[in-house]
Amino acid sequence: MADTANTGHGGSGDQQGSGRRDFLYLATGTTGAIGAAAFVWPIIDSMNPADDVLALATTEVDLSPILEGTAITVMWRGKPVFVRKRTQQEIEAARSVDVNALRDPEPDKARVQKPEWLVVIGVCTHLGCIPQGNQPNEPRGNWGGWFCTCHGSHYDTAGRVRKGPAPKNLPVPTYAFVDDTTIEIG
Amino acid sequence: MGEPLYEFQPRNKVVKWIDYRLPIFTVMHRELVAYPTPWNLNYLWNFGVLAGIALVVLIVTGLVLAMQYTAHVDHAFASIDRIMREVQYGWLLRYIHMNMASFFFIFVYIHIFRGLFYGSYKNPREILWILGVIILLLMMATAFLGYTLPWGQMSYWAATVITKLFSAFPLIGDAIVTWLWGGFSVDNPTLNRFFVLHFVLPFAIVAVVFLHIWALHRFGSNNPVGIDASGPQDKIPFHPYYTVKDLFTLGLVLIAFALVTFFAPNYLGHAINYAPADPLQTPAHIVPEWYFLPFYAILRAVPDKLIGVILMFGSVLILLVVPWLDRSPVRSGAYRPVFKWFYALLVVDVVVLGYGGSQPPEQPWILINQIATLYYFAYFLVILPLLGYFERPKPLPSSISKPVLGGGAQPAGAAAKPMEKA
Repeated sequence: MADTANTGHGGSGDQQGSGRRDFLYLATGTTGAIGAAAFVWPIIDSMNPADDVLALATTEVDLSPILEGTAITVMWRGKPVFVRKRTQQEIEAARSVDVNALRDPEPDKARVQKPEWLVVIGVCTHLGCIPQGNQPNEPRGNWGGWFCTCHGSHYDTAGRVRKGPAPKNLPVPTYAFVDDTTIEIG
Repeated sequence: MGEPLYEFQPRNKVVKWIDYRLPIFTVMHRELVAYPTPWNLNYLWNFGVLAGIALVVLIVTGLVLAMQYTAHVDHAFASIDRIMREVQYGWLLRYIHMNMASFFFIFVYIHIFRGLFYGSYKNPREILWILGVIILLLMMATAFLGYTLPWGQMSYWAATVITKLFSAFPLIGDAIVTWLWGGFSVDNPTLNRFFVLHFVLPFAIVAVVFLHIWALHRFGSNNPVGIDASGPQDKIPFHPYYTVKDLFTLGLVLIAFALVTFFAPNYLGHAINYAPADPLQTPAHIVPEWYFLPFYAILRAVPDKLIGVILMFGSVLILLVVPWLDRSPVRSGAYRPVFKWFYALLVVDVVVLGYGGSQPPEQPWILINQIATLYYFAYFLVILPLLGYFERPKPLPSSISKPVLGGGAQPAGAAAKPMEKA
């Protein structure tokens, strides 16, 4: 390739000829590869979320009908989000834990914006089942939060994993209080 | 002296290990790399490969489009709209898919006319030719089915009109149409089955293309002179001589394709298909896609419904028996002084039919279409058989090399000549 600069002089020596061929071969191959990649990318990207899916990325929730000690499930990006109004007892239970002893150490304060409102994505961090505990007749596990019946993960009243195969706490989605009784998730 | 070019000698150990147990590399090398090809092929021989590439592009884009499409009468039109506006690069994929279908037909029509001129259908390539006609039929079915999927006005009425063709058959016609529809009009069951068939038929085409190539490689490509190679000096390996030539043509064709796709993506389509299907109102001027126009002109050439339908199907099916209609022992039209002119007239005739098919059925086009239809069938049924007896072909050269090199074949120099040409 080093002698490609010389090939323009019209020499017909073997060395110069092969240098020019190498150059043309590589240049053509590179152009072809870039062209192919430019064709493949739209095909791959078309399988990513479409614009209308991305546009549905926020959900507003009215908190006023939720009674203390109960929770509701709302849909956000096709997944359930648990919105729970905790009792004073539950808040204290969540705050009296030794944070460093937890599998995924996180203080309760870092997981809520207002102490009585806990908002978490209701998807077990093990393999994606929906933990039970939002309905009054469902088990809430040994720590009074949620219990995933698929593989037996227990979550506490801050949505932190306490027992079972789940590696992480239930994630807290991005949300903001629009006013005292409304939040916007996403 | 040509032998080392044609032998497969893997150096990679893994390739060797696999190839010993499953000689897939040997076969691929023999059919795609070493494949001995006449060295005098002109650019018309590039269109088979181009058609194959078009098929791959259609399948790949179709696959991701199918992931976004909804085959239901209430959602199909909106799902196409969603592909155009919401799906990442959906507009591009759909425009590629739409226009590559047109280019596929351009390639295949050139490919067919090349075969008709150079006698590529003649002994021993009859089955190769028949497989090609089957591919054409499958393509036409697939293109029609795909056109119905957006469920616009033209989609709906194309589906109605084309399926209604079968009602021309006496006694069982109406029962066939009801069966095709899965109801008493073109409706959801029709759309569902059309989508399934549109998805699966391209894979049937791939299978027939495989047979087509298999049959081609049995005796090798025909060539512009039309005589068999007299020895290895008349052939060169497919790679790199024809791979590079095919890639060069591909580059030119893709430039044209990009111009259409990016600057006039709807030029070959009909604007009215961007209106949702309305079973209560037919568009005023209804014509098929451009690649069906010659056949559409033949359909409308005669005032009788049944005969029109028979002629239209017959105009494609007649290609199946061309190898036996053409009685001339000479393959290449270049050595047939009379045939040449009738062939040129056939090309003009099909173009006229194509234009006539796009015109409203009024005079003078009714008469022109009738004359053009008459010539189309006369070419195959009268002219080809008779020319075999009455035409006196020019003397054929003794080898492929002779007409190009001007002298006798020069086996020693043959390997170098193609390089000059390429």
